[in-house]
Order: sequence, then C-alpha cells, then structure tokens
Amino acid sequence: MAKVEKGDNMIVPKTVAPAYKLTWNITDTLVIAWRNILRFVRLPQLLIFSTIQPVMLLLLFNYVFGGAISSGGFKYIQYLLPGFLVQIVVFGSSQTSVGLAEDLSRGMIDRFRSLPMARPAVLAGRTLADTLRYTFLVLLMIGVGYIIGFRFQNGAAFAIAAAMLAVLFGFAFTWLSAFIGMSVKDVETAQVAGFVWIFPLVFASSMFVPIATMPGWLQAFAKINPVTVTADAVRALSLGGQIATPLWKSMAWIGGILIVSLLLAVRRYRRIA
Amino acid sequence: MAERTGTAESTGIAEDTAISAHGLRKVYGKIRALDGIDLMVPSGTVMAFLGPNGAGKTTFVRILTTLLSPDAGQASVLGHDVVRDAQAVRTLIGLAGQYPAVDENLTGRENLEMVGRLYHLGGPESRRRTGELLESFGLTDASKRRVKTYSGGMRRRLDLAASLVAKPPVLFLDEPTAGLDPRSRLGLWEVIENLVKEGTTVFLTTQYLEEADRLANNIAVLDNGRILEQGTAQYLKECCGGDVLIQLRVADRTQTVLAAELLGTLGDGKLRSVPETGEISFPIIGGTSILAEVVRRLDTGGVTIGDLQLRQPTLDDVFLSLTGHPVEASPEDATQAKARGRGGKGRKG
Repeated sequence: MAKVEKGDNMIVPKTVAPAYKLTWNITDTLVIAWRNILRFVRLPQLLIFSTIQPVMLLLLFNYVFGGAISSGGFKYIQYLLPGFLVQIVVFGSSQTSVGLAEDLSRGMIDRFRSLPMARPAVLAGRTLADTLRYTFLVLLMIGVGYIIGFRFQNGAAFAIAAAMLAVLFGFAFTWLSAFIGMSVKDVETAQVAGFVWIFPLVFASSMFVPIATMPGWLQAFAKINPVTVTADAVRALSLGGQIATPLWKSMAWIGGILIVSLLLAVRRYRRIA
Repeated sequence: MAERTGTAESTGIAEDTAISAHGLRKVYGKIRALDGIDLMVPSGTVMAFLGPNGAGKTTFVRILTTLLSPDAGQASVLGHDVVRDAQAVRTLIGLAGQYPAVDENLTGRENLEMVGRLYHLGGPESRRRTGELLESFGLTDASKRRVKTYSGGMRRRLDLAASLVAKPPVLFLDEPTAGLDPRSRLGLWEVIENLVKEGTTVFLTTQYLEEADRLANNIAVLDNGRILEQGTAQYLKECCGGDVLIQLRVADRTQTVLAAELLGTLGDGKLRSVPETGEISFPIIGGTSILAEVVRRLDTGGVTIGDLQLRQPTLDDVFLSLTGHPVEASPEDATQAKARGRGGKGRKG
C-alpha cells in the first residue's frame, strides 16, 4: 500500500497501489456478503421474526383457505407450497432495498465508494447475502410443508431444481430491489416502495389460487406475470406435469429482470451522490 | 526538491502538490454549491476549509474523494485526476465524512478489518493494521464490542481509524469534530497532529476557527461556493478582526447606544453593538490592558456592565468582516444552505 516517505520535503507513495484486478469483483463481494450475513447473526431477533412470519403465513393460508379453495383433487398444501416458495423470495427481496437505503443514509455507501474496491461488490455482496437468506427460508418452508403434509411427487432431482428455481427468482428480484433502494435512498420510502410492486405481482398470480377464477383483464396480467410462470414452473417441477413451457418462460423473466436490474443498479451505484 | 521540480514542470503537475483544483464548479438546480474553486495544497501540509453549513465544503470534499463529479473544472490528488483516474485516487486517499460511517452491527475490530480487506491489504496485514489502529486510538478494550454500544466520540475515532487503514498519504476530514465534547475534540486534534508529523497531507473542513487555527497551515474561508479569503491563521485573524475580542453586555439595554459611543474610539471602527440584547463587541489589537480603559470609560459615563469577557474571534467574526453579513443570514439563505447541504450529502448525481 501507499506508504509515506519522510525527508526532503516530499511525500511520495512508497509503493504503487496494486492495479485493478478482476478477482476483486469476487473477493470484495465476499467481504461485503460476510458483513451483511453478520448482521443476521448479530440480530437474532431479526432472524427469528423474519422466520416466524412466513411459517405463520404458510400455516394460516393452509388451514384458513385450504378447506375453501378447491385445488383439483390435490390437498391444498400441494398446490400452495410451490407458490409459497416463490412468494417468500419476492417478499424477502424488499429487504434488499431497505438495507441499501439504510447504508446510504448512514454514510456506509460513501465509505465504500471512496475505497479502491470493485464497483459492483457492494451491491453483489448484499444480493448474495440476501440470496443465502432465501435459500435458508426456502428450505425451512419445505421442511414445514413436509410436516403439514406436503410431498414432492417428481423425484429428488426435480425437487432440488424446484427449490433452486425459487432461489434464482429471488436473486433476480433482489437486484430489482437493490435498484429501487439505490433510487429512493430513504429507509421508510424503501419499505413502502417495496409493497407497491410486490402486492400486485404476488396476488395477481397463480400463487395462491388458479387464475381461471379471476376476471378477464386480471387474467391477462396474471398469465404473463413472472410470479405466475415461476410458481407454475416450481409447481410442475415439484409435482410433475407440463414443465418445459412455464420453465422457459420463467427463465426468460429471470434473465430479463436480472440483466436489466443489475445494469440499472450498478449504474445507479456509480453515479449516486 | 530541485530535481523533482524539473519532473514536475515537464508533466505540468507538481509532484509535491497533494491536492489541486482549478475552476471547480458544481450546480444543484439554481444553487451553485461550488462556484469556481481554485486551490493548491502542498504535500505534507494541512489545509482547512472554513465556512458555515452550505458553503460548499462537503461538496468539495465529495468531488475530491471521487464520490461526486464536478460540472466544470478539474481536480486532482497527487497528480491523479479525480474523474479520469478515480480508481488511482481512491488508493491514495482516506475519507472521514461528516457522520461516522461505521457498521453498527459489527465490532470495532471487524469494521477496520473489513476496510483493510476492501483496500486489498490481505488478511494478515488487515489484522495487523487493525490491531495497531485500535491501540493508537484507545479502542483496544472496546474492539470486541459492537459499534452500537460505542459513544459518539468512540465512533468518530473508529471512523477516523477506518480512513487510516491503508496509511493514505492524503486524508480528507469533513467536519471531524462536529458534535464532539471538548475532551474528545482535543483527543482527535492530537491524533490529527500526529498524522501530520508523520507526513500525511490533511484536508479538513470545519465551522470552528479555533480548530482551523490549531491544525491548519492554510485556511480558506468559504461562502456560497467561493473562496473569500485564503491564508495562514495569523493572516486571517489580522485581516478579520484582531486576535481577541472584548465582548460585553450592559446591564440596562437602553444604554447600549451610549456605551457604544463611549467605547467607539477603542474599537478601531470595528465595534458592533446590538441594542436588542445590550451586547457590544470589538477586537483588541494591543494588549488586554485595554480592559481597564473599557471599565473606566463606562463607569465614568454611568453605564453599568452586566457581563464582560475576552474571547477568541470565531468564524462569525471572520465571516462578518469578510462578507458583511453574519453566518446565519436570512431564513431564505438558510433554506438554500440546507438544500445545498443535502445536495452535498446525498442527492442528485
């Protein structure tokens, strides 16, 4: 690192700082991810309540709506859980914008931006840490689902693929959320802003009920809704049935959302001031 | 020195110039946060920007630390342009912003190690440097506690330590002692003085003349994005109202005008009186023996003194004589200043 040399009135960096390395993108991301994960370890109550809430919701949905909602011969939990996994990661992604807005308002982003670190690392580290959180939540929900009667019907490989698709979907939405957080810059606004786009996406979808009962205009939206196609894909992977169509649609959405959000978020980060 | 100068001339940038700015401008809507700043800070010296909130101090620091792009003009740190060569600049600077930027959920040690790793010092060197800094900032005992439990002064020290992890040759401190109690302020001043002894170039902003006086070789007084006056502390004090001020309050406010008349000749034309509060102040150029004269004149004139004191000139005094208006101007200006402060802190791009 740059050290100073005394004498003859000159202060010259003794060693030139290391030139930019591509691997910094990875190492810096891991440092930031570590920092964000520590937050969860340090705030156990945050971890506990952010875990209790989805478990409670899953139980409520299953036992409150389960009897009333016809789900075509299946037990409702069979229909509900795959969609629920998608729901969890979408709601969970709103935390990313809140966290980043908090970092911004506390000056952490300024500190990071004044360091010679890889530019996307602050965002990538955050999204990586949040994705690990979803992975944990998705596995937990599958566990709770198993206790109340859910069973994968399509073999272990497809079951793993189903869980991975849900996590991947969350990863894409986390980047969208990161962009929102960097744009609104304020913790409270970030909290509210999340729900504006999450609620329509989540509820106007096939997540909780089949879309056939919705009015035509809503069906039109629900059919192309990325949450619908992903819930359908996760459901097909879990239970069997037509996999290819919802899967490629879902992957197309994930790819599109990820690329656009990532580019927008990194651009925001570079220019934010 | 002589050889270096040759090189410097050929490259157009003096190597012994730590910080330079030419015609630096930044505009937020109608507000000119920086309105053409020219500055040259030699290596190994301390430069202070003195000015009220909204003068443009933070905006300047943010541009020099690559957080913000200027609208016009050019700035560089150790010869590296802050826009074109931002990555190089970041390896050479340390920044401690207006508010401590430390992670509350991490311990003091974890905060510093994180910054070390992000400077790419590597694990062992980050840990070694962290231990060193914790020790010299008196934070070793608290190093395993979460920052959430730290006092304001401790956070400041940790924040400053974080800016020093990579031993940067140029350090930017934005109002480093704002909101600190006098003892913590003294402690921080000592830390900064030691850094300067080791050869670090320090650029700091402050609202306190005393702070600039104590730390800086050169002071620039900033208002509305412009440098009004620049020079040594001694020079500024001489140009802007004497070393020490006499400040007094007459017991009966209605006698303010009378008192001002009695003392008029002592004030060397720089006497200020505020009839609403009964306050009178003026600089003394000579010794404090003038105090006796003040008391004698007022006594003879039948004016009772409510309060009489000597005080160091403040930013207010320097400011008043440079701009003709006090630091806290009209409410409209204050709003603008606030907007500018926000702009400097976290808006626009």
